[in-house]
Amino acid sequence: MNASRLSPAQGADATTNLDLLPGLRVAVTGGTSGLGHALVAALVGHRAHVAFIARNREALQRAQARFPGAHAIAADVARKEDIHPAALQITGLLGGLDVLVNNASSLGPVPLALLGDTECEAFEQALGTNVLGPFRLTRALLGALAASAREGRGAVVVNVSSDAARQPYPGWGAYGASKAALLHMTRIWDEEAREDGIRFLSIDPGDMDTPLHALAVPDADRATLKAPAHAAAEIVQAIAAALPGPPAARGHRHAAPTFGLRGDADAAWGPA
Amino acid sequence: MRTATRPAPLRVPHAASSTTARLPPLEPARDPQQRRADARLLVAHADGTQLHAPRATWYAHLAPGDVVIGNDAATLPASLFARHVPTNRAVEIRLAGHAPRAVDGALRFAALIFGAGDWRTPTEERAQPPALASDDVLACGEVTLVVEASLGHPRLVLLRFPRDDALAWSLLARAGHPVQYAHLRSALAPWDVTTPIASRPFAFEAPSAGFVLDWRSVHALRVRGIAFATLTHAAGLSSTGDEALDARLPFDEPYVIPLATAQAIARAQARQGRIVAIGTSVVRALEHAAAGTPSVHAGAGIARQRIGPSTRLSLVDALLTGTHEPATSHFELLRAFVPDETLARAHRAMAARGYRTHEFGDSMLLFRPAR
Repeated sequence: MNASRLSPAQGADATTNLDLLPGLRVAVTGGTSGLGHALVAALVGHRAHVAFIARNREALQRAQARFPGAHAIAADVARKEDIHPAALQITGLLGGLDVLVNNASSLGPVPLALLGDTECEAFEQALGTNVLGPFRLTRALLGALAASAREGRGAVVVNVSSDAARQPYPGWGAYGASKAALLHMTRIWDEEAREDGIRFLSIDPGDMDTPLHALAVPDADRATLKAPAHAAAEIVQAIAAALPGPPAARGHRHAAPTFGLRGDADAAWGPA
Repeated sequence: MRTATRPAPLRVPHAASSTTARLPPLEPARDPQQRRADARLLVAHADGTQLHAPRATWYAHLAPGDVVIGNDAATLPASLFARHVPTNRAVEIRLAGHAPRAVDGALRFAALIFGAGDWRTPTEERAQPPALASDDVLACGEVTLVVEASLGHPRLVLLRFPRDDALAWSLLARAGHPVQYAHLRSALAPWDVTTPIASRPFAFEAPSAGFVLDWRSVHALRVRGIAFATLTHAAGLSSTGDEALDARLPFDEPYVIPLATAQAIARAQARQGRIVAIGTSVVRALEHAAAGTPSVHAGAGIARQRIGPSTRLSLVDALLTGTHEPATSHFELLRAFVPDETLARAHRAMAARGYRTHEFGDSMLLFRPAR
């Protein structure tokens, strides 16, 4: 991870802020493979409350079996019709949301292609998954994130980026252009939502040993690639650092009123 | 307005005063557009003056030191189609209230059951459901819901969802739809009923006054030194299509007031700022929490009171709301804010200028005269 690519969130002590992770409500897209899977594992390890989204139901079931306390949600972030149902399940199951990680990515054409050879549909797919999907899901969850910020819990959106967002690598046109758009959207949203207490981070995790990388560079020497767990740990640190801290200053974080659906005392109807 | 699902004129116990009894009707807004560029706002000031303004700049009528309170409840997809297994007949379920989870931990709701048909039929003309008994199963595809008890009316029942929360929420996400309105031209999609500030799914119908709360206006409040805070209130069904049930509206509605909101209210009061509610649901929650005092504590509660002309508001100073038809429970709540004569004058002016009513219509900002 290139620290210079983080939005300037640092200032709080990230190590101390790891104490904030237990009970933190986090949603991760693309949570069943590669970096997303490693992120879910890291967050569950820190006792965060995690919901994760993926398309493949078998992969979801396997991940659900591995993380029984987390919530597996079937959705394709590139499908407009899936966004509101996914947001409903995230906020319903977690009782709100503190952190959203837009991690799901599409490479575009596989194998990689020169732009002149890239089918329009493959380009659209990259934009749908890497730009429009994060935009729609973030927008659907912005109210929940802002509510968390107002209640002093903090709110963070992490958009997973790539050096292809900045470097014009030949053959990476669809992916690079979509990640460049995501990076710029992240920067603008961070400016716009800062006063609402929501931080937007763009994080480039580096070249990792993931299924996506294998699709892009099938003959890569895997020994030279970063382990997804390593990148996940760095992202968790960055999230913790972006939360308002230190914990003493956010004392009511754990004393926030119980959400109505969770407590019987809040329910209006009993049996006649 | 008997052709509209909402609001069917609700028979309130105390009849509307002669001043407000014969007011001209407003036309409903028929397109689900939350923030029409030409949306209008009637402002009724505490000194009796009234003016008409573009709604987009509603915050311009407030002052530094005021605090604006919105309802950040997201709207549940509270309408589900199902099969009543004992009779094999189609029914529509409309979730209407939060119920205790009880020892098994299963999600439960009070629910209104309709017979076959959909939103294009006005609620009042919908077919009756089959007779419902305890332990009856309602099947939504492969997922089953269980009738646990009647709630004092043949069509109002306590409904138990599957114990597995993931299954319950995926059912709502997959099979649930927003509660629909017969006066609209098209069916509502989830985003039509999602306010920009919607956070947790808790309301059964959209807290539609909150459609004005886009992020531009939230920022404009901050620039003007006006605080913004929220509570979460389970805004409920506005109409049931049944006179006996309508007479019980609004149902008891749970709410949660965050600590930050209670603090923002106290800060505004210390500066002689006004407490401005966005929507009747916010009034109901805040006045219930205040319980006749001029302050609120953070926490959860259940709003059970009716607010009408005889209510003495102890906390809320101003209300931004949609336009409401005389003799509805929402209209009665407005009578707690301003004298009937003021309300009648406002209503006639809105009718003359073609203001639209219902969820996607125009709005009013009412300032309560000083105590």
